[in-house]
Amino acid sequence: MFPTPDDFYRVLPEVLWCGFGTLLMLLQPFFKSRQFFTAVAAIAALAGTACSVVAGAFPGPGFNGLIQSDPYSTFFHLLVGLVAFLVVLAAGPYLDRENLPAAEFYALVLFATAGMGVLAGAQELLTAFVGLEMSSIASYVLAGFRRDSLKSGESALKYFLLGSFATAFFLYGIALVYGATGTTQLDKMFAADPHSSLLKLGFAMILIGLGFKVAAAPFQIWTPDVYEGAPTPVTALFSAGPKAGAFALLLRIFATVPAATHLWFWAFWILAVLTMFAGNLGALVQTNIKRLLAYSSIAHAGYILVAFASVTYLGNNLSDGAGPAYAAILFYLVSYALVKIGAFTIVSQIGGTGEKHLALDDYAGLGQRQPWIAATLSLFLLSLLGLPITAGFFGKLYIFKAAVDSHLIWLAVIMAVNSTIGAYYYFRLIVIMYMREPNAEISAAPLVAFPFSIVVVLVITAIATVALGVAPNPILRFILDPALIGNLR
Amino acid sequence: MPLPGLLSVLIFFPAVGALALLLLRADDHVWIRRAALTISVVEFIFSLLLLAKVPVTGAGYSLSEFHFWIHFPPINYHLGVDGMSMFLVLLTTFLTPVSVLASWSSISHRVKEFFVMLLLLEVGVVGVFLSLDLFLFFLFWEVMLIPMAFLIGIWGHDRRIYAAIKFVIYTMAGSILMLVGIIWLYNATGTFDLPRIQEMLASGTPLLEPRAEMLLFLAFFVAFAIKVPLFPLHTWLPDAHVEAPTAGSVMLAGVLLKMGTYGMLRFCLPLFPDAAHRAAPWIAILAIIGILYGALVALVQPNLKKLVAYSSVSHLGFVVLGIFAFQSISVQGAVYQMLAHGISTGALFLLVGMLYDRKHTFEISEYGGLATPMPKLAAFFLFVALSSLGLPILNGFVGEYLILIGTYLTNWRWASWAALGVILSACYLLWSYQRVFFGEITHEKNKTLPDISARERTILVTMAVVTLWMGVGSSFITRRTAASSQTVIEQVNPQRLYEGAAPSFKPSPIAGAPDADALAPSAAIARPIVIGHIMDVANGRAAHAGKISTERRASR
Repeated sequence: MFPTPDDFYRVLPEVLWCGFGTLLMLLQPFFKSRQFFTAVAAIAALAGTACSVVAGAFPGPGFNGLIQSDPYSTFFHLLVGLVAFLVVLAAGPYLDRENLPAAEFYALVLFATAGMGVLAGAQELLTAFVGLEMSSIASYVLAGFRRDSLKSGESALKYFLLGSFATAFFLYGIALVYGATGTTQLDKMFAADPHSSLLKLGFAMILIGLGFKVAAAPFQIWTPDVYEGAPTPVTALFSAGPKAGAFALLLRIFATVPAATHLWFWAFWILAVLTMFAGNLGALVQTNIKRLLAYSSIAHAGYILVAFASVTYLGNNLSDGAGPAYAAILFYLVSYALVKIGAFTIVSQIGGTGEKHLALDDYAGLGQRQPWIAATLSLFLLSLLGLPITAGFFGKLYIFKAAVDSHLIWLAVIMAVNSTIGAYYYFRLIVIMYMREPNAEISAAPLVAFPFSIVVVLVITAIATVALGVAPNPILRFILDPALIGNLR
Repeated sequence: MPLPGLLSVLIFFPAVGALALLLLRADDHVWIRRAALTISVVEFIFSLLLLAKVPVTGAGYSLSEFHFWIHFPPINYHLGVDGMSMFLVLLTTFLTPVSVLASWSSISHRVKEFFVMLLLLEVGVVGVFLSLDLFLFFLFWEVMLIPMAFLIGIWGHDRRIYAAIKFVIYTMAGSILMLVGIIWLYNATGTFDLPRIQEMLASGTPLLEPRAEMLLFLAFFVAFAIKVPLFPLHTWLPDAHVEAPTAGSVMLAGVLLKMGTYGMLRFCLPLFPDAAHRAAPWIAILAIIGILYGALVALVQPNLKKLVAYSSVSHLGFVVLGIFAFQSISVQGAVYQMLAHGISTGALFLLVGMLYDRKHTFEISEYGGLATPMPKLAAFFLFVALSSLGLPILNGFVGEYLILIGTYLTNWRWASWAALGVILSACYLLWSYQRVFFGEITHEKNKTLPDISARERTILVTMAVVTLWMGVGSSFITRRTAASSQTVIEQVNPQRLYEGAAPSFKPSPIAGAPDADALAPSAAIARPIVIGHIMDVANGRAAHAGKISTERRASR
């Protein structure tokens, strides 16, 4: 069947992001100013984000069922679009400082975002694979964007080698699932036999492939090195965007295909426990803030996997009760993305030229030297820690609730233990900022400048973090909308 | 827009005040201090309105405020106050201005942040005492953690960072498990609203199977027991106390520890009565170990502040014992002891802080013979120490005595062991008093230490007056807390009301006093009991008390 115009409206965000990405590359020879490219890229990111509402106005399958436009995909388009916008704003001063070419950078960010958008909307496994590759390949390049830095090169190489390995798993899984069911379209796998070993193997491989992308243990080893070496705004993107996209696909597969839901409860249970412990225990001993936040993002992936365990558990008894568990995942991804971008933006500024100041000790005395920045970073850390009146608190609450709803009390207790471990290293950073005296070198250094675009990012993320922690009703109304879940089912 | 209710004002006025403080210039220390004092005094005056507005004998919650907040799950902004929480709020709002005064000159760096944190702490604590929604309670419970950790970590002594982190980790560990418990309870009942859950329980429908009830009880209890702190979860307390600045110690001992015992009374007992009964013997044993262990460790402490900290472990053991004796008289005593301990241990920390301001050490061996250079401080210290060890007519006596009577009715062995703690408390307090204030002056510098200043005298006189008033006018408080204590007992022992209590404890109208207030069970009769049974139960104590009062006369 020939695509109708409606089909194109359904992928309008991706079209815009890719189009603007290409445009940026074409414009590069003609403009010198980085600010110009930053402005174009920011507008592009916002335009695509706005268009996800247009795409949402044309619900239903597009391109013969390759993609699906529903409130769920709209939600993720809005999220990754917002992430891209914030990352573009945060990257401007960074690129200036490091003297890196701007147009390619922004083009890659937009391509990666388009890939995540495809991931969120894919209703068919090969389309999902295309989305995954779009976002991954752009990410590999972005990780190595500081070409003259050894760490950046290491980061890109590691990410590329392990990433392609994982993608191969994913692709092989698709092949096996196709062999078992005769289709790659998720909505046509409804009748698949859950006990076919071919199908089990196929889903296992898909889970491994996506588990790598979301940094679930035992597939998380790459995370700290890649996060540390990549340019900090890129790290911000990694921790928020591709993760959200991969979780979106994972949820769509394991929530819409009954055969998958049926089997994978224990897999998610074990993954969640391993991931939480790997992240939190690893973070305890870090002295580099980027590595600390990398381990913390592993831990948070573990918390989200707790909600997956409960989704798949509830999925066995079908529908009704699972709604809040889906909502828990979506809410968590939003709160987490906002906080991580805000935190990495501050880390990026404090890092200074050449990312020299990444040790935790470089934050000593920040509470007195730059009280507003320290307060904002503390807010983000408290949100990661899950303290009330921050977004992270409700995120954690909903996951706890999902776990208790599905009678996974032990999983909830393990998560509680992990949250306590997490309290140590988040609070330790706050302690360093407020309770340690800075050493002579730091106190002699001038205050770190926070340009306008960075301040915009911080204000948006901080206000959103508090707003979601005090008045989460509007977003809850959206993600608890039965239509969101109904279309998934 | 409707005006905010009194309870909301009580919670958020200090927050507004803290914001106002932020607007002041950071180096304008004088005005920051004055503003902080004004805010906290105004808050105290607001809280005094509660005395007028809360009915004296009414059971149940008054001054309720209810607003929908979050739709899913339905979390509501539900506040209310009863006799028990009213006095805990009063204690908080009273100790905050005292803490401000105590920090007047001892806090000299980052002054603005200090008072902002102190006021935010007050927000959290008052919120905890006034919340009737489990979730809202949890929220304030967590919110108060950060200001307290900052008070310890920034303005504390040498090992402050270690103490602050330990405090945070301990409290978080308990409270996150409590969060899981709260959610579980929500799934069983469909609401976070405490009064509604209590109605469900009162209607007799079993909400939980016994095993789940026990797990839930433990989830709540461990969080509270860490806060109290109950042996063996107490190890954060000595560190936090010793490292905290004086104001931090006063708030910590005075109010924060009570959040734990308050939580037991408000949540553990009423919500999980069967589990509470099953766990009570074990908890009572832990409480008794805490009483004796705390007292014995205090006895051998070379560090004066640590001594007071361990005495808290011992005194709070009494409160827990009183709560889990399940007698209305012992619960009444526990509530009273919470208030009395807040005042007298708060005052002890203030005095220790004043000594520290002069000598910059807590080591008892560095002192000795201080009564000569500073007689006034010595007199106040003795007064407070006597109240803390439970001298009749001072505040510590009433609570401990009621607790012991109630415990005796439940299990005489518990009461006997606990009474041993009373004796030990006399030992460690008087012995340390002797080593600090009496004898020869062993250090030359101590001869010239200045006696208390006018500001310090204001603080100490206020504390001493409250101590004395609570000792002689105890019925003012017990009349008002009787109904809520009785409610707790009815909720935890629905089937055994008054069973096991001696006949004399039944409410009996007092001849010639048609005052309805006097009809409250166990409250009005508290004082006749005190006189009647004093020789039976607290024999050793009475002898001690006699000895102490002789000594006190001698020291004057």
